[in-house]
Amino acid sequence: MAAILSISDLRKSYEGGFEALKGVSLDIDEGEILALLGPNGAGKTTLISTVCGIITPTSGSVKVGGHCILEDFRAARSLIGLVPQEINLEPFEKVINSVRFSRGLFGKPRNEPLIEEILRKLSLWDKRNSQIKELSGGMKRRVLIAKALAHEPRVLFLDEPTAGVDVELRKDMWDVVQELKDGGVTIILTTHYIEEAEAIADRVGVIADGQILLVKDKDDLMAQLGQKQLCVHLSAPIAEVPVGLAAHNLELNEPGDALIYTYDTKAERTGITALLNDVAAAGLVLADVSTRQSSLEDIFVGLVSGESS
Amino acid sequence: MNWTAIWSIYRFEMARFFRTLFQSFLSPVLSTSLYFVVFGAAIGSRIDQVDGIDYGAFIVPGLIMLSVMTQSISNASFGIYFPKFIGTIYELLSAPVNFLEIVLGYVGAAATKALFIGVVILGTSTLFVDITIAHPFAMVLFLVLTCLSFALMGFIIGIWAKNFEQLQLVPLLIVTPLVFLGGSFYSISMLPPIWQKITLFNPVVYLISGFRWSFFGASDVPVATSLMAIGFFTALCLAVIWWIFKTGWRIRS
Repeated sequence: MAAILSISDLRKSYEGGFEALKGVSLDIDEGEILALLGPNGAGKTTLISTVCGIITPTSGSVKVGGHCILEDFRAARSLIGLVPQEINLEPFEKVINSVRFSRGLFGKPRNEPLIEEILRKLSLWDKRNSQIKELSGGMKRRVLIAKALAHEPRVLFLDEPTAGVDVELRKDMWDVVQELKDGGVTIILTTHYIEEAEAIADRVGVIADGQILLVKDKDDLMAQLGQKQLCVHLSAPIAEVPVGLAAHNLELNEPGDALIYTYDTKAERTGITALLNDVAAAGLVLADVSTRQSSLEDIFVGLVSGESS
Repeated sequence: MNWTAIWSIYRFEMARFFRTLFQSFLSPVLSTSLYFVVFGAAIGSRIDQVDGIDYGAFIVPGLIMLSVMTQSISNASFGIYFPKFIGTIYELLSAPVNFLEIVLGYVGAAATKALFIGVVILGTSTLFVDITIAHPFAMVLFLVLTCLSFALMGFIIGIWAKNFEQLQLVPLLIVTPLVFLGGSFYSISMLPPIWQKITLFNPVVYLISGFRWSFFGASDVPVATSLMAIGFFTALCLAVIWWIFKTGWRIRS
């Protein structure tokens, strides 16, 4: 598939020297969903804002559908819809007028059936004549999405669309994203939640400290994230792993009072039952059992330290 | 040119005006009536005529200009400051529109509102005094140009302002004194000679003088000078706005 969004060596430095983007390069294929994961202050929003024209890049190039975002800004921006992270809406305006305004701003002629379709899809049709200030937080976020979709973008940026949104609405949002993808829209979303990336993304990019650390197929990354460790704490330290447990590939910790077993949560059989049986058969007495999953944070730390070494 | 976008911005801004139509209508009617009671009846009855015109009628162009200038500035500055304040400016910055289209939408709406108020004041004035307009086309031209140029200035203030206090600062400290000292309520010929010279540095003098000429056919300064002054002021504001959008000053980081 051809890249609909092509970012090359994009840099942004602010006055005062802070470098928010340190040479980001990224190609996004038409029709895919890319989830950008990263800690706070990683540069996710700066990256999105630069592509959308809200922030002027210091150097580098961005092309949307082959159009440069600076020289050919009209063509480039016409293709892009943006759902910002903050709920920025004119509080006194009616929902439907606010959505109509967004369509007009992008130079598209009025299309009431389309506006109705968008509002219905986002469960906003009943609220179309309400003032935005009367809506709940989740509803307001839907209005932001409706506004972004009003001009029929081919690339949609969702900046933390489910931050502070309840579980049910989050699922609804995922359905909407999936429907848009089915309609051929390319979607780039930023998120803190690994399960969100897991639920909807095709590819996952990790960004930290203004740099893209990796862009991977979701399934590969999930396999990496799916690793879990079981720690079997023993009541008395041992010198080495007993022969009867050799088949389990265990590690013994430094004081020798805990056995560490790494397994894949996605696997059909984790091997925990067999391990615990063998531990008992080896005559070891358990003091405690705990599990630990490598978190997104661990992956970040791992990636960042790997980068610097 | 993205005309649909200009029209969308214009309509969106006018919707704000129509939501508060009653206040928008009532406040100029009330303030004009108060001015007529105080200046027209109470004080004006002791002033015979100015330049051969009844004082009550003489102050009408000045009153209109006073409101139109302050309203143009406050409407336009608020119009662009509000999206900055609540964050909706992201939509403008990410839309396929250029600076001229944004300016036409916002300034056009602000100028329309001020024009509406100018017309309301003129209408209210006719309830108190007899008014004849010597040069109606020139009157409309001066009114529209004043609305536009001051709305442009308001737009600049709205972008410059970092908080609501600053939004009020320029209108309060600079524009209001210039308008009051620009001959809204008196003729420059009533001033001592030295002040007649100093007052010519006040750009508002030219606008009020030209506008008054369109009513009564008499002016403090030549009409052509007035037109040149307003043209220069408009061009200056446009140049500043062009620079703002080119550099992204205070709107695009």
